[in-house]
Amino acid sequence: SGSAQRWAASAGLWGCRLLALLLLVPGLGSASEITFELPDNAKQCFYEDITLGTKCTLEFQVITGGHYDVDCRLEDPDGNVLYKETKKQYDSFTFTASKNGTYKFCFSNEFSTFTHKTVYFDFQVGEDPPLFPSENRVSALTQMESACVSIHEALKSVIDYQTHFRLREAQGRSRAEDLNTRVAYWSVGEALILLVVSIGQVFLLKSFFSDKRTTTTRVGS
Amino acid sequence: IFTRKGSRMAGVAARQLPAMGLSAVLLLVLCAAGARALYFHIGETEKRCFIEEIPDETMVIGNYRTQMWDKQKEVFLPSTPGLGMHVEVKDPEGKVVLSRQYGSEGRFTFTSHTPGDHQICLHSNSTRMALFAGGKLRVHLDIQAGEHANNYPEIAAKDKLTELQLRARQLLDQVEQIQKEQDYQRYREERFRLTSESTNQRVLWWSIAQTVILILTGIWQMRHLKSFFEAKKLV
Repeated sequence: SGSAQRWAASAGLWGCRLLALLLLVPGLGSASEITFELPDNAKQCFYEDITLGTKCTLEFQVITGGHYDVDCRLEDPDGNVLYKETKKQYDSFTFTASKNGTYKFCFSNEFSTFTHKTVYFDFQVGEDPPLFPSENRVSALTQMESACVSIHEALKSVIDYQTHFRLREAQGRSRAEDLNTRVAYWSVGEALILLVVSIGQVFLLKSFFSDKRTTTTRVGS
Repeated sequence: IFTRKGSRMAGVAARQLPAMGLSAVLLLVLCAAGARALYFHIGETEKRCFIEEIPDETMVIGNYRTQMWDKQKEVFLPSTPGLGMHVEVKDPEGKVVLSRQYGSEGRFTFTSHTPGDHQICLHSNSTRMALFAGGKLRVHLDIQAGEHANNYPEIAAKDKLTELQLRARQLLDQVEQIQKEQDYQRYREERFRLTSESTNQRVLWWSIAQTVILILTGIWQMRHLKSFFEAKKLV
């Protein structure tokens, strides 16, 4: 039983170490970039399990729909509101997780009666996973490697700017396409209304004079 | 170092065994939780759609995992066989690129051939509808497009690349993605310009047309009324 105890102890010890490693090291991050459609009077929530000490960033942008605004709300596992904004078009919020657990963020379009919105969000949790998961960074990076790392970071920010530019351009383009169809419908509609009203006016006026009364003619009402 | 610590711990093993057992269980739970990803809840007949705006010849990889809500225990079951999700991907022209049924855990891949908004729709297609009635499904989803979809450790192993070569490959992939995005931007800008020019033309011609209609109907009104009043001997 002594050896069994020792075996159990060392197994438990390894378990403890691994667990501690998983909990304390806020590494192995993830980035989720999602674009979804939010119908009118709807609310959609997303959840993520985050460990203590992880630095997270939530960025969102409304692409199409109405006044291009949405309500956003971010809550920690205990229900405390970390971020709450109404009718925002674009925002970025960075926080460090103070508790382990499930963080929840919701986008709400409940204030809108008939426009549905397309919302983009980018939720970055922790750092990017390293290129070599099995590496043990004992030695420092060589000059070439650190140059590669800085180029990689710079290109990441280029891609990030490109994404935001694309979203803003999508916004502008959707407005332009809306304008185009609206101009078409309204022009045809107005031309028809114009014709109907002018022909109608003449016939209405004629009807005022068509009864055989010789009393004062009504000029206008 | 470990053996020294191990022998020290063995002495107090009897007291700390339950605690270690608990942490081992916690560890297992963490491992069972699987890859960390965003999740959301979906109803039984609900269809959730996500949009990926991507340039052409870009690969998109999506991973999902579903968990079913157990009404009696009020928890989400770790994994339920028999749950299925139907994944449908449409390209910008509305043509279906991918339409397949996957199990409770799945991975779908597609490559875009036209640039634009691709719509990825998921809805549950469970074979165990009875259990599902009135319940919710928790879906863990992770969608990666372009360069993010590449698995570098796998590429390094397959092509036997050194660390520097792998980093160079990653940079090349990133730059390729930037180039594709810029080509897509040029295509979008052209579409935007065509739309604006079409609006400009429409506004121009319809304003002229409406002014002409206004003048013509005005003239017709006056002439018609004049002849009407002359007939009535009022003028």
